[in-house]
Amino acid sequence: MTPVVEVRDLTKIYPLDGAEDVVALRGVDLTIDPGEFVAVMGPSGSGKSTFMHIVGLLDRATSGSYRFAGIDVLGLDKDALADLRSRSLGFVFQSYNLLARTTAVENVELPMVYAGVPAAERHRAAMEALDAVGLANFAHHQPNQLSGGQQQRVAIARSIVNQPHLILADEPTGALDTASSEDVMALFQRLNRERGMTVMLVTHEADVAAHARRLVSFRDGRIVSDTLAAQAVPA
Amino acid sequence: MIGIMQTLRLALTALIRNKSRSLLTMLGVVIGVAAVIVTVAIGTGAKSSVADQINGLGSNLVVVLPGSVQTSGARSGSGGASTLTVADGLAIAQLPSVASVSPVVNVRTQLVASGQNWQTTAAGVAPSYTFVRTWGTSSGRFFTQAETQEAAKVAVLGQTVVQQLFGGGDPVGRTVLVKGVPFTVIGTLTAKGQSGAGQDQDDTVLIPYTSALQRLTGGNTIGTLMVSAVDAAHIEGVQSEITALLEQRHGIVAGHSDDFSVRNLADIASAASATASILGLLLAAVAAVSLIVGGIGIMNIMLVSVTERTREIGLRVALGARGAAILRQFLIEAVVLSTSGGAIGVVLGVAGAAAIAFFAHWPASVSPAAVLLALAFSAAVGVFFGYWPARKAAALDPIRALRFE
Repeated sequence: MTPVVEVRDLTKIYPLDGAEDVVALRGVDLTIDPGEFVAVMGPSGSGKSTFMHIVGLLDRATSGSYRFAGIDVLGLDKDALADLRSRSLGFVFQSYNLLARTTAVENVELPMVYAGVPAAERHRAAMEALDAVGLANFAHHQPNQLSGGQQQRVAIARSIVNQPHLILADEPTGALDTASSEDVMALFQRLNRERGMTVMLVTHEADVAAHARRLVSFRDGRIVSDTLAAQAVPA
Repeated sequence: MIGIMQTLRLALTALIRNKSRSLLTMLGVVIGVAAVIVTVAIGTGAKSSVADQINGLGSNLVVVLPGSVQTSGARSGSGGASTLTVADGLAIAQLPSVASVSPVVNVRTQLVASGQNWQTTAAGVAPSYTFVRTWGTSSGRFFTQAETQEAAKVAVLGQTVVQQLFGGGDPVGRTVLVKGVPFTVIGTLTAKGQSGAGQDQDDTVLIPYTSALQRLTGGNTIGTLMVSAVDAAHIEGVQSEITALLEQRHGIVAGHSDDFSVRNLADIASAASATASILGLLLAAVAAVSLIVGGIGIMNIMLVSVTERTREIGLRVALGARGAAILRQFLIEAVVLSTSGGAIGVVLGVAGAAAIAFFAHWPASVSPAAVLLALAFSAAVGVFFGYWPARKAAALDPIRALRFE
């Protein structure tokens, strides 16, 4: 089974003019297999966000190797990375990042627009994804007509619509109340369990991370612990 | 890859979301394009009306004017001398390249008819005048050669005179007093409008030149000879032939100045149409400046829009939009803005030109070429002024863009 993410000795250095370079990652090794649900934790400045950006193909490592779904991505150009993102990655952000004044279904269609999927097929897949997050009845609502939890579920529908190899969720519950957070986490668990979706969740909240089956902790640009939960906390 | 139709739809959606801002942004281009269309229409109209007026003066026309006279060192202007005679006209008519000649004897007079009176210029002419000036009758008939020979008291009225004396009614058969002499109206002239110099050409009454000479002026000298060359190519030849003939007839030896002048309307025509072209060009240039200012407005708003939508751009990039797709989206937005502005401007410009034609009686004519040019130019404005903001959008770092507040 090809790992979804296979990172070896990854470093990231931000050069600063006239000051000491900022080293964000100091040699990270990590493998994520298909079907895993991984929570990445760490305090701010630990390198977890940088790591997520590199894994999400939004940023490049300074050295090391990164194979995404078997593809060596460090040598790819910007357009090839964009194409990979549109086909093989799903993103969920803390602030939902839905397009305003755009209906839920159109928001969900967005990644497929850039993947070049025909309009009819886009609509069908988007409706299916909205159904999977339980929002089929809200397809034609605009973000400002939805609650925070509903908006985040639309964003999750958007992240799964392309059947990606990996869903990256960056603090997905950071802007939600407890009840909505539980809903969102339950949704991730269900997608992981029922659809075999691979999820990598970045958070600094331990009770959120507890919903994952594997917990990776960052500190000072290194992985300091990588543990499998005997039993993930059901949301 | 994302298709052009999809990008167009994205751009339209984005613009419709910000309706009032989009409309305000367009306004600059709307005004610019409308101004270009209207000014070009006015310019073209001016040119064509100048050409019409020159043609309206007559076919292949050469005009012979009396020269100036010198009295005790003071020289009168052209036409001051009374040197042209009917005999000169008859001699010119014999020249091979001359198609037709008509003398013109102008008499300033008060016309009286049916209780009304009107001051105008009566012109004593020959029947050939209708050919020389390409000017026909709209009712009744023109006078004949026989009537000219017998100095008949017949008159053909211009439309302005018909209006002033008879209130637009049919004057044929009525009598007008020209300098107190009763003339029978036998016809009316077609309307000819203003001359190139702004004179009302319809404010005239035509009578046989013989009648003018014998009954009104009592002399033998005539004001002008209007000569029609057989065709345009012969105009210059006719000019020199007339000069040679009249120098001989008037006994002017080499080295002395002529007591007449021969003018060709082609010079006047080209000078007038060149003036009209320059005027049109000047107007269009001023209008083009406003179009450029409109383009800068678009650039300004597109830059604001890129900043405002930084997060949206970051999201689109994260979701797999290539830099080229972002560039194209913003570029197309700018082009859609400027071209829709251009289209609205064309509509307003055409309406404005029509309004000017209607209310100011100016022959403003909108050419399809001007419309296409204005549209193409407005699209080019969009590309030119939209490129930089679009580049900025495409070059955004998605990580920073997503965090942008």
